[in-house]
Amino acid sequence: MTWLLTFRVALLALMRNKLRTLLTMLGIIIGVAAVISMLSIANGAAANIQKNIAAMGTNTVQIYGGNRPSKGLKGGRGSWLQMKADDWHAVAALPTVAEACPIVSGQVTAVYGSANWNTQFQGTTPNFIVIRNWNLARGRFFTEDETRSGAHVVVLGQEVANKLFGASDPLGKTIRVSNFPMLVVGLMEEKGENGWGGSRDDVLFLPYITAQRKLRGGNGINQISASARRADQVAALEEQIISLLKERYHIPADAEDAFHAYNQAEAAKQAEESTQVFSVLLGGIASVSLLVGGIGIMNIMLVSVTERIREIGIRMALGARGFDILAQFLVEAITLCLLGGALGVALGIGISYAVATWVGWPALVSTSSIWIAFGFSALIGIFFGFYPALQASRLDPIQALRHE
Amino acid sequence: MTPLIQIRQLVRTYRSGGGVEVHALRGVDLDIHKGEFVSIMGPSGSGKSTLMNTLGCLDRPTSGSYVLDGRETAHLSRDQRAWVRNRSLGFVFQGFNLLARTSALENVELPLIYRGEKNARVRRERALEVLGKVGLGKRYHHVPSQMSGGEQQRVAIARALVTRPPLILADEPTGNLDSKTSDEVMELFRLLNHDEGITILLVTHEPDVAAKTQRVVLVKDGSIVGDGPPAEVFATSALGVITSS
Repeated sequence: MTWLLTFRVALLALMRNKLRTLLTMLGIIIGVAAVISMLSIANGAAANIQKNIAAMGTNTVQIYGGNRPSKGLKGGRGSWLQMKADDWHAVAALPTVAEACPIVSGQVTAVYGSANWNTQFQGTTPNFIVIRNWNLARGRFFTEDETRSGAHVVVLGQEVANKLFGASDPLGKTIRVSNFPMLVVGLMEEKGENGWGGSRDDVLFLPYITAQRKLRGGNGINQISASARRADQVAALEEQIISLLKERYHIPADAEDAFHAYNQAEAAKQAEESTQVFSVLLGGIASVSLLVGGIGIMNIMLVSVTERIREIGIRMALGARGFDILAQFLVEAITLCLLGGALGVALGIGISYAVATWVGWPALVSTSSIWIAFGFSALIGIFFGFYPALQASRLDPIQALRHE
Repeated sequence: MTPLIQIRQLVRTYRSGGGVEVHALRGVDLDIHKGEFVSIMGPSGSGKSTLMNTLGCLDRPTSGSYVLDGRETAHLSRDQRAWVRNRSLGFVFQGFNLLARTSALENVELPLIYRGEKNARVRRERALEVLGKVGLGKRYHHVPSQMSGGEQQRVAIARALVTRPPLILADEPTGNLDSKTSDEVMELFRLLNHDEGITILLVTHEPDVAAKTQRVVLVKDGSIVGDGPPAEVFATSALGVITSS
């Protein structure tokens, strides 16, 4: 008997019992769909995290004043010491630093007409937009002169602009920030969510000197943001900045909590590692379900052989050799798995896109995951189909014909 | 002329569940020539089923010789016996043994598939031809559950005929049929034997079915105890042998 005829015989046998065929395939369908959608979700999550990290500038370092432990309690950021503008100048003078800016931040209420909105202010310098790789949608950022003179000018994030102005144009309008009138000179591009549930657009920018004088009081700065000249210098730069600052404040080199640093490259690497663990974990769980689906196939094939002993006897009486019977049941099992695999691929892609749309991540269905799932289901068909098929081929035709 | 079937000193012994040796056939000699219409009779446990299974190459004799169509079959392997079943034999069973949920046409095509006939058109034409011969030319697309017992048995006969074997083995072919349908099936066998020259060997325990054949072989306790035209065998043998089944 040729393989084409064997395939035909197997297909006819499967068609004869459609419900059982579908139920048998269900395990494989779910297994394959799980593998594909889990890997796609993991990939999508990873891509999303990387996008969020890249959105903050890829080769920047953030330095905060550290947490001073006091009577066993760990203080907040900056509780150890308050950095000053001089520190920023010193950091900016480091040879590996491309740009550095100070950030003076806090919470503030902005009012325009009857609208008011509680938001975050960030007092900084004009090179902030270069370091953070953040462009203006309209208008301009404040200038060096405005920074030095502590001018009352603000640049709004999209979210703040929406809350205060709705659809109307904020440029050239004067808003009250903590009761100080300030002129809106620019509007930032939308950045979207920050990955922790908040919006990066819920912020307003103003010269750091204005922020120190009017909003914060004192001459402290909360943060220094610096960009390295090359991406591979980021980790080294972080150490250089910290040792420079420790030197300036005469803090011993082994005082770990004196400054808190955060660099994007490291965050990206950590995120990549954790998402890899995540995808291995999800893929592993999904593979188990594929294995269970395969055992389900073996189970049903064994039942099917027992149920069809008489049919096997008839086929043998009509001239089927042991190999013909083995091939028929094996091809049936493989067909079940491949058909289930194909449906599973379709379902998996569907689930991936549905989940992607729902959570707002990209759907990343890799062709390799499709081939792996598909190939795996064919292997399962051969592996779990062989034993029942062998059982069938070894039946004695006389006993099989007598079977009720 | 060499007989179509030539059996010499055929012995079949097997162990029953309790380890007791059962002598199903104790050295049987039998010749059946091309074109004969023979019935095998005998009570339950007489060994006629074992004889039938051996003749059908479903079983292997313990010793002795069985030459079918000029070929010694006693020592063939499983797969070689499958080949002989496909080439030289057609089976008709008491319980019809058609594949359920499978059309008459597909059932009849099955032996051709196992023969390796790749051409679907040839398979279909041959199957339709034999279905026409048994009077089911228009019902080829029906599945067994849509057919009467007589129709199902005719599909089974068509299936046995489709490979054009020299020998048809029928195991109680009328056992599940009422007397009218039984007569129709026997008439079909008679026509196939008379018009096509096909050798037919059937097992039955109904004397009036056996009476429609040309020769009756009587089996008892693993041996042949009577052989000849029906009237002769029925007259000389104790009728108890036949009816005690």
